[in-house]
Amino acid sequence: MKFKSVFDIIGPVMIGPSSSHTAGAARIGKIARDLFGKQPTWARIHLYGSFAETYKGHGTDVAIVGGLLNYDTFDERIKTAFDDAKTAGLTFEFIPETAHTEHPNTARIVIGDDEREMSMVGISIGGGKTEITELNGFLLRLSGELSAILVGHEDRSGCIASVANCLALYNINIGHMEVSRKEKGNMALMIIEVDQNINDSILAEIAKLPNITQVRRIAD
Amino acid sequence: MDVLFRNVRELVDRANKEQKLISEIMIEQEMLITERTREEIMAQMDRNLTVMEEAVEKGLNGVFSKSGLTGGDAVLLQAYMKKGNSLCGDVMLDAVSKAVATNEVNAAMGTICATPTAGSAGVVPGTLFAVKNKLNPTREQMIRYLFNAGAFGFVVANNASISGAAGGCQAEVGSAAGMAAAAIVEMAGGTPDQCAEAFAITLKNMLGLVCDPVAGLVEVPCVKRNAMGASNSLVAADMALAGVTSRIPCDEVIDAMYKIGQSMPTSLKETAQGGLAATPTGKWLEAKIFGGAVVSGNN
Repeated sequence: MKFKSVFDIIGPVMIGPSSSHTAGAARIGKIARDLFGKQPTWARIHLYGSFAETYKGHGTDVAIVGGLLNYDTFDERIKTAFDDAKTAGLTFEFIPETAHTEHPNTARIVIGDDEREMSMVGISIGGGKTEITELNGFLLRLSGELSAILVGHEDRSGCIASVANCLALYNINIGHMEVSRKEKGNMALMIIEVDQNINDSILAEIAKLPNITQVRRIAD
Repeated sequence: MDVLFRNVRELVDRANKEQKLISEIMIEQEMLITERTREEIMAQMDRNLTVMEEAVEKGLNGVFSKSGLTGGDAVLLQAYMKKGNSLCGDVMLDAVSKAVATNEVNAAMGTICATPTAGSAGVVPGTLFAVKNKLNPTREQMIRYLFNAGAFGFVVANNASISGAAGGCQAEVGSAAGMAAAAIVEMAGGTPDQCAEAFAITLKNMLGLVCDPVAGLVEVPCVKRNAMGASNSLVAADMALAGVTSRIPCDEVIDAMYKIGQSMPTSLKETAQGGLAATPTGKWLEAKIFGGAVVSGNN
């Protein structure tokens, strides 16, 4: 089930005018910032389908920039996100694309700063709900049915086992898991979908494990 | 994931078997899924209710969107209603004006609570605050109204769609109107079965409704579609309370809505390429708003 909570239906509380094109867009922007881990200094945002056709009218553009500035769906500052971005030192451009995508409301967000860059694809599935389908070229295939965490780590033996052990300790069952790396011995990524909610203290514990570089909760 | 209901049939059966309101089943499922207490869940819905109240109040004072396409109609409707000569009655017009008020605030980038989406956010609160004056509910009953509506929306969102881009306006205002109809029935003392009948009757009459926003803005025809959605739900609620039933079961209506949405052309699914958006006036408005010439807003 894509929609789990009654507050996905009666909610979110948000700045208008569109749950999918404004609130969902703000969430995609905010997830991108969360995954990047800090305020990016530049952003290139590719919009597809209905996003590309109607982004100006729906405030999709200010919402995504607002999300990149860490604004929530109900943050009134979304309206002034373009000006705020200037103040915050974030430059951005929007590129409407004509390519056909699987979902009509799709955005590819490429963000970065002097040190690194990141590319993420998010879709807005209605009522403000979003899913992340790609991160740095790695297809996530996240169903959105379960809670999920993303763990970035050094490609060393024992890393995956240590994370799985930590989850087992708290009786958290793994429903689906994917692992990937760019090159042998370099950075690697785990996407773990779980049946139970993972609270912040468990995330903090995973972050303290050896060779773990990043822990994020996603798709919720 | 364990859930208490996956479709309307299971929802109604459970409510009947356990002799509970549909809103109660929704609250219990929320507790089960999110592992939160009843108090936390009720408090969150109470906050959403407050957001809805504030949006209606703001709209009834008069708001205008930046494009200038919408605004001020809620004020006109309230003033007309107060003259006492309305043809369709005060509850109906009150619901319509409050639905319009919410969507005018939404179009002006104000704060609203999506129910189930922002473009369809007027129907559920509009009807709620209108029937409130007739039924005099407690605060808890008003909160339960939202849980009942949420239960039906939950089924539609998971078994069909609540996205205009995926299923057209029938998925947004159609779903919202059905949700409101069911919630009105529960507040008015109807049975869980009557809630489902009200939902089915409403959605049947919203089937095929396309999403064709002029200039891609959630304004024309969205604001007035919320008005009509609200009126549709009040009529269907009265029909269900009178004992009228739908020949096509609720879940099959939802399934039909989903399939109609899939076969609807992309030009009529929130792309601003067909329908009213593609009319000469629709195109002219789009050029006027985005073609360099700036339309001055009234706010």
